[in-house]
Amino acid sequence: MARLRLFLPLLVFAALALLFWRGLSLDPNYMPSALENRPLPAFSAPTLEGPVISDAELRGKPALLNVWATWCPSCAAEHAYLNALARKGVLIYGLNYKDNAEAAGRWIAEKGNPYVANILDPAGLIGIDLGVTGAPETYVVDAAGVIQLRHQGPVDERVWRTVIEPALAGLSAGSLR
Amino acid sequence: MRLVVWSILLLLAAGVNAGIEARDFSSPEQRERYLHFTAELRCPKCQNQNLADSNAPIAEDLREQLYRLLQEGQSDQQIVDFMVSRYGEYVLYKPRIEPRTWLLWGGPVLMFVGGLLAVGTLVRRARQRTSALADLSDEESTRLKQLLDQDCP
Repeated sequence: MARLRLFLPLLVFAALALLFWRGLSLDPNYMPSALENRPLPAFSAPTLEGPVISDAELRGKPALLNVWATWCPSCAAEHAYLNALARKGVLIYGLNYKDNAEAAGRWIAEKGNPYVANILDPAGLIGIDLGVTGAPETYVVDAAGVIQLRHQGPVDERVWRTVIEPALAGLSAGSLR
Repeated sequence: MRLVVWSILLLLAAGVNAGIEARDFSSPEQRERYLHFTAELRCPKCQNQNLADSNAPIAEDLREQLYRLLQEGQSDQQIVDFMVSRYGEYVLYKPRIEPRTWLLWGGPVLMFVGGLLAVGTLVRRARQRTSALADLSDEESTRLKQLLDQDCP
C-alpha cells in the first residue's frame, strides 16, 4: 500500500499529461455541423442558370454542395480545384451565398463552371437553414439528400484526399449494396 | 487641457456609434429578450464572442433572424431550438442540462465534495495523531522530553 502511494504522483502526472496531450491536439476551430446526418433543409430558389431548383432535385446521386461567393478570397483559391473535380465527374452544386447574381455570372464566365447548378441565396437565408457560418463551405450530400459531412474552408488536394473523397467513397459503396 | 479632454471624448463617441443597428421593439419586454439572447448566444463564426459583440456577417444575420423570431412571437424555447438545430450546442453559452452535460454541470460540485472529504480526512488524521500524543503515560512523557531535549552530537 505504502509502495503504491509512492507511485501516486507519477500516476497523476501521467493522467494530466494524457489529458493535456489530447486537449492540445484538438483543433479549436473544428465545428461539426449540426446538420450532419440530417436531410438538407427544404428550399426552393432560382438558380444562376435560370430555373427554380428545390432540395428534392439534389437527391438521386451523392453530390457536393459548395457554398461560395465572389467576395470570398478563399473561394477564388479553391475554384480551380473544383473545376478539376468536376472534370473527374464529381457532381457539385453551388450555393451562391450573400452575393449578387451579376457578379456571380461574371465569375463563372471568367473562371469556368464546375457546378451542375448554382442556387442563388442573396440574403443568406438558405445558408442559415444549412448552418453556414461563412464561405467557403462544402457539404457532402448522399443520394437520399442527407448531409453526411461539412467541411469549412477551401477544398484542395489534401482536403479532398483526407476528408471529402473518403466520405463520398463510403456513399457510393453503400449505394452499390 | 479642456480642449484635449473634449477631443478625446469626441473620438470615443465616434466608436460607440459604429455598428449600431436600429430596431423597433413592440415592447420593453421584447427588447429585454433581444438583449438577453444576443448576450447568451455565441457567434458561430467566432471563437468567443456573443451575437451582441460580434460584427461578423453571420452574427449580423443571426441578430436579424432573432429579431424576426421575436417579432413573430416565438417562445424562448423555440428561439433556442431554431439556433441549436442549425448551429449546434456550440451557440449556447449556457449548455443545456442533459446526460451529455451532467459531468460539466456536476463537475464543480463533485470536486467541491471531493475536496471537503480530503480535508476532512486530513483533519481527522491530524487529530488522531495529537490524541495519540495526549495518551502517553507520565513515564513516556518524561522519556519523550528527555529525547527531545537531548543535544544532537
